[in-house]
Amino acid sequence: MNTLIIRGVRPYGEGDPVDVLVRDGVIAEIGDVEDDDAEVIDGDGAVLLPGFVDLHTHLREPGREDTETIETGSRAAALGGYTAVFAMANTDPVADNAVVVEHVARRGREVGLVDVHPVGAVTVGLKGEKLAELGTMAKTGVRVFSDDGHCVHDPLIMRRALEYSKALDVVVAQHAEEPRLTVGAQAHEGEQASRLGLQGWPAAAEEAIVARDCLLAKQVDARLHVCHVSTSGTADVLAWAKARGTKVSAEVTPHHLLLTDERLETYDPVNKVNPPLRTGDDVQALRRALAEGVIDCVATDHAPHAVQDKDCEWSAARPGMLGLQTALSIVVETMVETDLLDWRGVARVMSERPAAIAGLPDQGRPIEVGEPANLVLVDPGARWTVRGAELASISANTPFEGMELPARVVATVLRGRVTATSGRIPA
Amino acid sequence: MRHLLSTEGIDPADATAILDTAANLKQSLEGREVRKLPTLRGRTVITMFYENSTRTRVSFEIAGKWMSADVVNVSSSGSSVSKGESLRDTALTLAAAGADCVIVRHPASGAAHRLADWLKHTGTSVVNAGDGMHEHPTQALLDAATLRERLGDLRDRRIAIVGDVLHSRVARSNVHLLTALGAHVTLVAPPTLLPSGVERWPVTVSHDLDADLPSQDAVMLLRVQAERMHGGFFPSAREYSIAYGLNERRLALLPDHAVVLHPGPMLRGMEIASSVADSPRAAITDQVRNGVHVRMAVLYHLLAHEEETA
Repeated sequence: MNTLIIRGVRPYGEGDPVDVLVRDGVIAEIGDVEDDDAEVIDGDGAVLLPGFVDLHTHLREPGREDTETIETGSRAAALGGYTAVFAMANTDPVADNAVVVEHVARRGREVGLVDVHPVGAVTVGLKGEKLAELGTMAKTGVRVFSDDGHCVHDPLIMRRALEYSKALDVVVAQHAEEPRLTVGAQAHEGEQASRLGLQGWPAAAEEAIVARDCLLAKQVDARLHVCHVSTSGTADVLAWAKARGTKVSAEVTPHHLLLTDERLETYDPVNKVNPPLRTGDDVQALRRALAEGVIDCVATDHAPHAVQDKDCEWSAARPGMLGLQTALSIVVETMVETDLLDWRGVARVMSERPAAIAGLPDQGRPIEVGEPANLVLVDPGARWTVRGAELASISANTPFEGMELPARVVATVLRGRVTATSGRIPA
Repeated sequence: MRHLLSTEGIDPADATAILDTAANLKQSLEGREVRKLPTLRGRTVITMFYENSTRTRVSFEIAGKWMSADVVNVSSSGSSVSKGESLRDTALTLAAAGADCVIVRHPASGAAHRLADWLKHTGTSVVNAGDGMHEHPTQALLDAATLRERLGDLRDRRIAIVGDVLHSRVARSNVHLLTALGAHVTLVAPPTLLPSGVERWPVTVSHDLDADLPSQDAVMLLRVQAERMHGGFFPSAREYSIAYGLNERRLALLPDHAVVLHPGPMLRGMEIASSVADSPRAAITDQVRNGVHVRMAVLYHLLAHEEETA
């Protein structure tokens, strides 16, 4: 029998510290507990939250194991407080068939540090032309489908995907980017891109697709999830769509909650990401939308890249940033320290809502006796300085390099097993 | 000054110093049989051109040679670049091979800034000879030199820049430099060829060339790139030419002293009528001539000046 005692933690940051006894992966007791045989974590007053769930992670395996593997990405996830991640389908080969998704799921189980849920591609080869075998992949356990990195831009294909997904109880997650409006786009269309001579990525290219997809989802009464919302206009569209009963959910990335296109000044492609960093007004609007529930959750869009794909001229660089180990700190910096969210709110946007969107029965659960022990301990008072080279990912492309950020993960617990503690993976 | 990457934020005193040096060089070389100064003897200047160019590359090469520098030209075809070598490795290789100055033209905006960053631990200077849609600082300097010759001090002078501002590094560099020198710039273009946020630039924006011409001291026409003509930025070459081309009728709207500039290569009959291009009001060949002196002055300020003042 596997028992774990988490001593001196404050669930949701509320009340006096309590002990939590976990037996066989389930919370058995909360209060003053004793068990001489149990493994013990000393919480030292840490905030206890349900383990985080990331709907949007690039683990790069198969295909780019030089930048990240399911193992290194799982380590980064555990260290970042995650107990479940969704691995995006834009691998090589693409996860558009049962063989690849089953491979990813199996590698995730073998590593065992975090529940790795493969995302299936919506269309064959992410080409946006022909539906992938959604049903066959769903039978293997795929809960989320996305062509992320590419937009399912053909309105008829998108309509069919939404409609077809209804029978499978899965959700289609859209990378909203009207491709005709973003040919050659390099940076948020606005004053900064104009100055720097970078081809603009207009806000309307995202907003137009989100609006269209909300209309389609309403038309066919299907669920829609919007990836990485980046503009204030998209938040407005989502608020409108939700008000009229559309079954739409949405995520925002930590980097879009903190960084703006002013970062592009140096042309360092570590700041290149898709959708691009936008303006300060967008950042403020996204924070408000997340606080109000217009945007449901935070997702990292963790995107490792090799040095040679980042240390080059801007237009040749690949878009994307590391995110798994910095997400919590950025959310605390942008949402908690600004009083936009309390710890219940953090649990909602980083665990409960993403688990519900993906339909995970054992993640994002309340911290109560009888519930699965997928938990994270957070030291809210800690401060640390981000060093890309010290992160668990093979790649080091973090835009937060050198930043001092609040809050650290003390420990992560996956079904009663400690997967990370004091910044290390237990042997 | 270690590098010349942009004219944005340039100290007007630095810009004036370069322009004064260029004017002095021009004067001292004019009429001389042997147009060669010993100033940069023993220094190595490498041009790296990742885009086709005639006038800019030749102009830099002549500038270096007239200063007695050893000039080496590298193009993207026929070098390791065509074998897939990264810009960073090429730059580090050229610096290690002994380049005192690398002059770079590249289709990626910011390429010269990246190069300067990669070379920060070497002694190599970087000159931006045009990066994507960003800047082309020596073009702006040679335009300013030409305007100064014709108009004198540029303070409170009115200069219209006409055409594809959106994609033009020449326009960006000129806006920064001319406003730094105290001139008033008006951008004249269809809204599809103006950058987003242009209303917050320190310029006047107009879509009516006829209305603006009588008040201008100079008109700078931008090349309309062929690929733009088919990109739906405007309905047809004919309509563009009618609205924004500088023909003889429009030339007559300009004050008598006003100057016509074009960075070349020109599309005669499109953005500029042939007779206008060849008229005495046009300073287009002066621009090319001054380009050599301005680039000599830039090399002097980057490579020679520092030693003398140190």
